[in-house]
Amino acid sequence: MSKAAESTVSKKSLRDNPLIWPLAGLALVIAFNLVTGPEFFSVSVRDGHLYGNLVDIFSQGARVMLLALGMTLVIATGGVDLSVGAVMAIGGALAATFVTQMGYGLYVALPITLIIVGTLGFFNGAMVVFGKIQPIIATLILMVAGRGVALLITDSDVVKIQDPAFLYLGKGYILGIPFSLWLVAVIFLVMAVSIRKTALGLLIEAVGDNEHASRFSGIEAGRLKLIVYAVCGALAGLAGVLDAASVSAADPMRVGELKELDAIFAVVIGGTALTGGRFLLFGSILGAILLQALTLTLYNAGVSAAVAPVPKAIVIVGVCLLQSERFRKQITNITKFGGKAS
Amino acid sequence: MKVSLRANPLYATIGVLASLFAVASFSYEGFFSLRVVANLFTDSSFLGVTALGMTVVILSKGIDLSVGSVIGFTTILVAYLVQDAGVPVPVAWGIALVIGVIFGAGMGALIVFYDLPSFLVTLGGLFFAKGMGFVISSSSIGIQNGFYDAVLDFQLQVGPGAYLGAGALAFIVFFVFCVCLLKWSRFGRYVYAVGGNEDSARLMGLPVDQVKIGVYAFNGFCSALAGILTTLYMGSGNPLTGVGMELDAIAAVVIGGTLLTGGIGGATGTLLGVLTFAVIQTILNFDGRFKPAFLRIAIAALLLGFILTQRALARGKE
Amino acid sequence: MLFPAESTIRIKSIMSNDSTPLLKVRGLSKQFGSVQALSDVSFELRAGEIHSLLGENGAGKSTTIKCITGVHRPETGTVELNGQLIAPRSPREAELIGIGTVYQEVNLLPNLTVLENIVLGRVKTNAFGKIDWKDARNRAKSALSKLEMDIDLDATLSTLPVAMQQLVALARALEVDSKVLILDEPTASLDEAEVENLFRVMNLLRDKGIGIVFITHFLDQVFRMSDRMTVLRNGRYIATRDAKELSKQDLLQDMLGKAFEEMQSRAGELDAIAADRAGRKVQLEVRGLGAPGMIDSVDLELREGEVVGLAGLLGSGRTECARLIFGVDKATTGTVDLKDKRVKQGVPSESIRDGIMLASEDRKAEGIFPNLTVRENIVIALQSRRGPMNPVPREEQDALAKKYIAAMRIKTSGPEAKISELSGGNQQKVLLARWLAAEPKVLILDEPTRGIDIGARAEIEKLIESLSEDGLSMIMISSEMDEEVRCCHRVLVLRDRKVIGELQGSAITESAIVRKIADHE
Repeated sequence: MSKAAESTVSKKSLRDNPLIWPLAGLALVIAFNLVTGPEFFSVSVRDGHLYGNLVDIFSQGARVMLLALGMTLVIATGGVDLSVGAVMAIGGALAATFVTQMGYGLYVALPITLIIVGTLGFFNGAMVVFGKIQPIIATLILMVAGRGVALLITDSDVVKIQDPAFLYLGKGYILGIPFSLWLVAVIFLVMAVSIRKTALGLLIEAVGDNEHASRFSGIEAGRLKLIVYAVCGALAGLAGVLDAASVSAADPMRVGELKELDAIFAVVIGGTALTGGRFLLFGSILGAILLQALTLTLYNAGVSAAVAPVPKAIVIVGVCLLQSERFRKQITNITKFGGKAS
Repeated sequence: MKVSLRANPLYATIGVLASLFAVASFSYEGFFSLRVVANLFTDSSFLGVTALGMTVVILSKGIDLSVGSVIGFTTILVAYLVQDAGVPVPVAWGIALVIGVIFGAGMGALIVFYDLPSFLVTLGGLFFAKGMGFVISSSSIGIQNGFYDAVLDFQLQVGPGAYLGAGALAFIVFFVFCVCLLKWSRFGRYVYAVGGNEDSARLMGLPVDQVKIGVYAFNGFCSALAGILTTLYMGSGNPLTGVGMELDAIAAVVIGGTLLTGGIGGATGTLLGVLTFAVIQTILNFDGRFKPAFLRIAIAALLLGFILTQRALARGKE
Repeated sequence: MLFPAESTIRIKSIMSNDSTPLLKVRGLSKQFGSVQALSDVSFELRAGEIHSLLGENGAGKSTTIKCITGVHRPETGTVELNGQLIAPRSPREAELIGIGTVYQEVNLLPNLTVLENIVLGRVKTNAFGKIDWKDARNRAKSALSKLEMDIDLDATLSTLPVAMQQLVALARALEVDSKVLILDEPTASLDEAEVENLFRVMNLLRDKGIGIVFITHFLDQVFRMSDRMTVLRNGRYIATRDAKELSKQDLLQDMLGKAFEEMQSRAGELDAIAADRAGRKVQLEVRGLGAPGMIDSVDLELREGEVVGLAGLLGSGRTECARLIFGVDKATTGTVDLKDKRVKQGVPSESIRDGIMLASEDRKAEGIFPNLTVRENIVIALQSRRGPMNPVPREEQDALAKKYIAAMRIKTSGPEAKISELSGGNQQKVLLARWLAAEPKVLILDEPTRGIDIGARAEIEKLIESLSEDGLSMIMISSEMDEEVRCCHRVLVLRDRKVIGELQGSAITESAIVRKIADHE
């Protein structure tokens, strides 16, 4: 008896652990690749750098990870930021223009860029906080305008980048591991520590869980939201800079296209509920990795990049269904019924 | 009170549209003409149809992000069916419309039965339709077809040098249909009811679930119809068409005075919103000093203005 | 009583006494999860009577209604309408067979017209699917004429006052020829004149032979309007009585059961305590606090360890007063001072930092964080008082959670359980723990016992007493007047958004409060 009770308890806590979903997804992708082509996992060292699919997953996933980190916080407050793709384009365009056309060093250009995109994020937050506009709509405005702004910055051109320091952001290696990954790791750690070692995390979760009650508990929700949207904007801009660095060019039209969707995907699949409240930064990182692994696996399986959104869509809706109370109930009912019948 | 609440945003839209048109008429020679007005309708036919569908969705307090992708999918599907598979044009159109309806209804069912946020489900729909378009063909397919030529040749003269093409006419007819649907049909009034307060509507015994699924099915139909109009306009199908169209449609609806919180607004406003969009685009075409990038910025600025005004109005009411 | 001696004019009801019951409810039972919400509830409604359904929060009134109208399906029991078994599956089905319901919060569509709100869902259409507005208009008009009301059919509903909206809801129910009308707390948000008008309409409908089930918290209204009343307690049927035969005392006895007697015996002790508190230092001083539409200029002095009640009917400005002192709404006039510190107005976070806290009446919307743990729900106010950069250490959090779970006997599987898994009473205790953990100087309790069972209620009352002994100053609001009588050392009586009187010590009795409210014309 007690043993049975114990096992249901552990089962429950396992199912309740939100990290289980991205991990299960990753396990599936890995299993699929083990069966179809184990060479997927081969990692080689060339010129002291690591090469291979696994490395690609991480290095190409770096940008989505950045977006997802910012998006996680925004979603945790009960919002969403649809403008991150457009802000990426602005970030890339700004940094590239500063360095290439205005001749600033990267050490000047990068901070200025981040301040500007952070301000754009702050503007999103201000619309939500002071304008009391639904986040989807508030950030929609920048989503619409952003690409136009990026085009204006670069004069509708693709800006080619030659500055070696700039390119190092996207192509450099430290200890054989891409620089962008180091950068993401550092940012993740800084965020995790500053959120969990202060009370910011708890307060953000409280705001997302019940904003009205948070006011009665003396939490300054507006201030938290402004910070969170600004951080999200800054991280999106940085992702845009990394993107430009990795392809040696800032393309205001294409960069960050539909990336807001990837970011939301990574967050949701990482176990943070879209309704806000509890959030998991690490889950979002896992979600981003899963997304990239899925894309690369499909690519290796001969599915063209253009068709890749189809399975992505199926996974997104599937994950949402799994998080849906009613769907879970239906499944339990079906399994119960099956159990009874047998 | 009643008048101010319902019509105020509409007055604002009319004001913006009229002043834009007036300023442009004084600034650019040849702008103030029936020809330009007729072209406004022709150029915005597919955006207009999409925006009308979006109006219904937003009135029900939902949102549909998939429309752009469904348009792209429909164009390539129709082009493939007509050009590569040799299916008669009306049949191809019928297939496209049916697929649009089924696709929309499917998303609606997920939203209704599993209580999922509409923006997330339709986001999935966006990905899905986008990918499926590329499954059919990854490159543009031109349409050479007698029926198409005949439809394209059809032009209704409405004044000296001013013609309404088939697309524009379809848009106008569809607009009238939507006005009637929203004002006089049960479905239309139920849409307002659901957008006004879903729980109340349920307690009043209205078929809320069916209405919501119907809304997305209807919008699926609109997207497919817009896709068909796009093939008429461009004479080809391309899975890349329609990218970002959902934003334009939402913008047009909001500029037309329909509240994003659901339940208030209508098709007439959306028509004005779409025309505002088209006027700005035409101004950019007339004036070489403006870069195309300005279109988006101008639309965003208008969007911002209208959303803030709506907020202020709503707050004044409280 | 507010409106005494009026209940004698009852001719119609005597006439209908012998008729077979219009609605017969027998043996309803309903379970939600492990909670038995209803067990074996029965009552009969006659044609042409107003039948009150009474009971404390959680007694099972609304569950009973929802079982009748098809929102819930009872596990056992039957409902008969005119001798025929019915089992509607939705409110719409119930409506179609003649059972109309009007809820407290008007469940209509604010964005549509009066006409549409009356007929939508039942309109006829022509062959093209066009709604026959002319027919709809006629039907709406005739429904409104049954109420002897003239409302502009083309007005948007949101532009009408709540009372009018309620009448529109009534018209909607009448439009289908309802034989049974269920009015669920219809008077909660109405002013006196509006209540009068509603009562006029109710009498009118009763005289037309409609059976009305009336649910309200206002006992005066119960005595004034009802022919008979059925009392429920803890999901069980207690008694059905004729309104004329019943005293208010008996009714309270029915509603509260044994708890009522316990409460009675404690009433006398308070005089000495009240005198003691009145001699202490002033903790909070409110001068001329007011805001348009909320409350006019309130003055209030609160001493250390004193419990001051705000009494008055719903809408008298009690809750508004509390919200202004706490600063969750912004006052336009007046000041709030703590000992020697002026409190910044309209900023709840500042109030909390200064030590003024409000336990809101709306536990669900303004209280709990449903997905956070019991521990987190307890420490959150302390945390925001200390600021985000100064986190409450985990050991301290655990200690606080442990302390309050034990001290307040909170029933939970542990400090790490989600608060939403707890019962209403235990959630309320967690919320009180939240405020106590944040070390308030002044604690405002708005309906601290709403919706919780009688046992937990007694515990909370005891807690208030011991906190007062420890020197905490409290302001208390409760629609259960007897509760204020037991807990408060002083009571300010409010009416029409003004303070109209004050009672102290043993002078605080229900009848004294009611007299103050009624006499102030």
